[in-house]
Amino acid sequence: MNSPAPGGVRVEVRGLRRSYEGQAVLQGLDFEVEAGEIFVVMGPSGSGKTVLLKHLIGLERPDAGEIRIGGRSIDTPDFMEQCRLAMVFQSGALLNSLTVAENVGLYLTEHRLKPPGEIAEIVRGKLAQVGLEGQENRYPAELSGGMKKRVAIARALVIEPQLMLYDEPTSELDPQMAVVIGEEICNLNRRIGVTSIVVSHDRDMAFGIADRIAVMHEGQIRTMGTPAEVRGCRDPLIADFLSASFKNIRKESAL
Amino acid sequence: MFHSLGEMLVLFGRALRALPLSWRHRRKIFEQLFEIGNASLLMACVLSLFIGAVLALQTGPILAERGLASYIGRMVGISMCKELAPVMMSILIAGRIGSAMAAEIGSMAVYQEIDALRTMNIDPVHYLVLPRVAAISLALPVLVIFAILTGWVGGAVVSSLNPDIGVSFKAFFNDLRSIVGFQEIVNGLAKSFVFAVIIGVVSCHQGFQTMGGPRGIGRSVTKAVVNSIVLILILDYYLTRFLMYFES
Ligand SMILES: Nc1ncnc2c1ncn2[C@@H]1O[C@H](COP(=O)(O)OP(=O)(O)OP(=O)(O)O)[C@@H](O)[C@H]1O
Ligand SMILES: [Mg+2]
Repeated sequence: MNSPAPGGVRVEVRGLRRSYEGQAVLQGLDFEVEAGEIFVVMGPSGSGKTVLLKHLIGLERPDAGEIRIGGRSIDTPDFMEQCRLAMVFQSGALLNSLTVAENVGLYLTEHRLKPPGEIAEIVRGKLAQVGLEGQENRYPAELSGGMKKRVAIARALVIEPQLMLYDEPTSELDPQMAVVIGEEICNLNRRIGVTSIVVSHDRDMAFGIADRIAVMHEGQIRTMGTPAEVRGCRDPLIADFLSASFKNIRKESAL
Repeated sequence: MFHSLGEMLVLFGRALRALPLSWRHRRKIFEQLFEIGNASLLMACVLSLFIGAVLALQTGPILAERGLASYIGRMVGISMCKELAPVMMSILIAGRIGSAMAAEIGSMAVYQEIDALRTMNIDPVHYLVLPRVAAISLALPVLVIFAILTGWVGGAVVSSLNPDIGVSFKAFFNDLRSIVGFQEIVNGLAKSFVFAVIIGVVSCHQGFQTMGGPRGIGRSVTKAVVNSIVLILILDYYLTRFLMYFES
């Protein structure tokens, strides 16, 4: 396998549509993400964020529309050989029959990119980056939800991809760990210039790391822009979504 | 049904094309081999001991009535090696190993592990199907050799101990050797090899088809086992006819 040139790739999405059993999930998405950008996608549960990521990485085929990554359509036959992509699944999607270390090193082992000793070294380093030193020999079933998520992130970091997709990377993490992961996302971005698309509900992280933010609603992009632009957006739907809070619950229920 | 037969042929084709990569996946193949042997060798021997025994018990007295008791050796010998050992062992392995393959791959499909492999540009056919199909098609013929031998022993023991038959151990095997040769054994092994490929491909295919949680996994396992057995029994007839051409 030839290793592609490092650095991020530009992503273009044109008219992306997809429905499942008559239910329109993606209803015409148009956006582009510049090379090296951190692009955060927010939106209510069920608005189609995970489905969007699955289309971007080629796990699902759209009904209509086109996705171009690095200027090439992802339908070209040897696309996956030419372009390094990685995805952190919402559920982690670790291989349950492999240990943590084998999971994290899987890409390098299977494509025989490094000798075993070197892989072990890399794996140890990546696990340390996500705060999981010494967990190499445990199995996914023995880990907590948040630990699994971090192993999944380490597994994706090892690939050193040109485009990295994160599906809710911080949804199961405590606030401190969420910050660590947010930093790792930015670090990887700075170090190898990877393009990152992050799906998240975590408003703090979104506004902390994003170059641009898109808010999805019912399969469409409701608004898109820099964090400042999105924060200043007048759309009541967006404003409600971004300002939802627990503050008034106690008072209301006391009435 | 024809649709999934087509899909299985495609899967088989892809596994076949991946065959040159076997050496690279040798560790996974050995793991699978070890699991198959571990799970089934003892069971296979015990089972065929009794199959051989009951075969002698059923046919022995009938042959003896007509004064043909001395033919019991070839009777048990040939049925065991050309038919019963390959078919019964394949059914046993479909139940023990095919089900496990469908369950394992099925749960990987349900819990997005296969999606994760695909995002890492790891071909699930190379990673999952190749080692399993390779291992099962190596292991089943070996298992059948054990089954043939223990089946013969079972037949011989009953023939010599049952007063209605009364053929000694030595006479049993002398008669057996006069008919059963290298070619007959190879014939049985060839059958079991084909059956092994069927079990592997059907079970892996069924695993990949799995959708919708634990219940879907259960359904896949049942289908994998039932479909394998049905295909094996139907194909057995045609395979037998096909192999007969080589014998005459
Ligand atoms: N394979 C599928 N078959 C049928 N419907 C699906 C499938 N995948 C997703 N959907 C539907 O698509 C819609 C969007 O799902 P998606 O998983 O993208 O939501 P999401 O935005 O990621 O939500 P969350 O924030 O809760 O993860 C849902 O209504 C879901 O029912
Ligand atoms: Mg989601």
